[in-house]
Amino acid sequence: MSRRPIALITLAAFGYAFLYVPIILLVAYSFNGGDRVMVWQGFSTRWYAELFQDAQLLQAAWLSLRIAVVNATCATILGLMAGYVLVRFGRFRSRTLFSGMLAAPLVIPEVITGLSLLMLFVALQEIVGWPAARGVTTITLAHITFSSAYVAVVVQSRLAQLDPALEEAAMDLGATPARTFLLVTVPLLAPALVAGWLLAFTLSIDDLVIASFVSGPGASTLPMVIFSKVRIGLSPEINALATLMIGVVMLGGLVALLLLGRASRQAAAAQQGAGPRHSA
Amino acid sequence: MSPGRRLFYAIPLVWLLVFLLLPFLLVLKISVADAVQAQPPYTPLFTEGSDGGIALSITFANYRFILDDALYLVSYLASIKVAAVATLLCLLVGYPIAYAIARAKGRLQVVLLLLVILPFWTSFLLRVYAWKLLLQGGGLLNGALLALGVIDAPLNLLYSQGAVYVGIVYSYLPFMVLPLYAALARLDHSLVEAALDLGCRPWQAFARVTLPLSLPGIIAGSLLVFIPAVGEFVIPELLGGPDSIMIGRVLWNEFFANRDWPLASAVAIAMLLILVLPIALLQNRTTGTQASASLPRPKQGRRP
Repeated sequence: MSRRPIALITLAAFGYAFLYVPIILLVAYSFNGGDRVMVWQGFSTRWYAELFQDAQLLQAAWLSLRIAVVNATCATILGLMAGYVLVRFGRFRSRTLFSGMLAAPLVIPEVITGLSLLMLFVALQEIVGWPAARGVTTITLAHITFSSAYVAVVVQSRLAQLDPALEEAAMDLGATPARTFLLVTVPLLAPALVAGWLLAFTLSIDDLVIASFVSGPGASTLPMVIFSKVRIGLSPEINALATLMIGVVMLGGLVALLLLGRASRQAAAAQQGAGPRHSA
Repeated sequence: MSPGRRLFYAIPLVWLLVFLLLPFLLVLKISVADAVQAQPPYTPLFTEGSDGGIALSITFANYRFILDDALYLVSYLASIKVAAVATLLCLLVGYPIAYAIARAKGRLQVVLLLLVILPFWTSFLLRVYAWKLLLQGGGLLNGALLALGVIDAPLNLLYSQGAVYVGIVYSYLPFMVLPLYAALARLDHSLVEAALDLGCRPWQAFARVTLPLSLPGIIAGSLLVFIPAVGEFVIPELLGGPDSIMIGRVLWNEFFANRDWPLASAVAIAMLLILVLPIALLQNRTTGTQASASLPRPKQGRRP
């Protein structure tokens, strides 16, 4: 029926090429055996071997991984609470302040978030003596603060699609609010929570700017080490690392999206099964 | 409110007050302090006078310095210009992608969306680094252009303003494509067909029907790209030359190289002032925009 939009398809194809050519080349050149990054000297996994002997990088990766897991877990819990409050608590007195503060990390430049959190940690150390030193703790607290805002957005959009009647039914049948939340709401939100956890994990393991501000001596995260290595020039080791990270993260993203897709299909099927709904 | 409910509300609220509002107020406070050689390196807001009274010490010297020194004004204007141009380029690259996704059917649509989102999940730092690999003097783009005979000598692509634009467009493209897609997917294509049937040429139908109807997506996407681009640090640092001074880079140097915390705080407050208007616009656009900041919502069925 409709005319074939050749121009559109061509332009979109260029757009996709723009997105993927750099990634594909980065992956391809990670298998280059030569010392010079840009000159192809045959296939080799040499840089992967060197990568796994670089103690500084490995240490930083382990540190980042630990921070990311703790951050993602705490941020998911905090984001779940914040998202739930915004969707299910209706209008409450400090709602504008609450939602405004929650949205702030999504729009404020990272350099400002990083600087302001450092000022907080310095002031806290001076006044209450905690946190005693800057490092893993301060980075984790900073990451929880900004990534829980993202989790809250994911939770909010999923919760808004859920039928409150399910929770009301549970309470009518005698479940306490706490039981209803744990046995009805949380399972229904599971896909959003998984996606939120992975998003928080990704944000944390990828953050350079905020971690640089709030970190202290001896606590260098993976992005901080990568940044110091690529600031001046190219590093074949980093090509190999990038390939590994792209592989892992793409796999993680894929899983999250599949979960979300399945959940929305299930929700659609459930709604169809329930017959036509009387929407307000 | 029951105690349980109150706790549920209090925990995130207290967290936000302590880790968001308080730090911001501290930056505001430190921006009106003097830099001193001490730990912490700024003067206290309240000082105890010799008579036992408490004196409030506020200085606007940092703000005056920002206004007087041309470096800051230049970097502010440069940041706004770079962010605006990059946003426009992002729109030009992103619109066809979003339109193609919106027009695609069934499984293809899911795959195309996935392909836009996946790079967003991979490391930002490493994606910027990938462009360093491409643009390097002896790099792949130069190699390809030389081999094709387009150029005779390698071009200086890296460490230039152009490289910064490419980096920003590349990094923020998903933020542009997702709201655009959301707007275009909602668009009733029969309107475009009606315009074509009534004698519009395809580009006229696009300019008079599709483009105006997708305006909410254009605005949302542009804000989502413009706001982080203004404060960008990593991209100008890795891809830009010494002349691509952006305000995020100035703040970073003021803090890490010069250790001038009060001045860095004043720069931060001034940066926020630039962003107040775009941020307020974005906040007004409610949840649709916020959802697209993370993941696309499943397409809603059209109501009869």
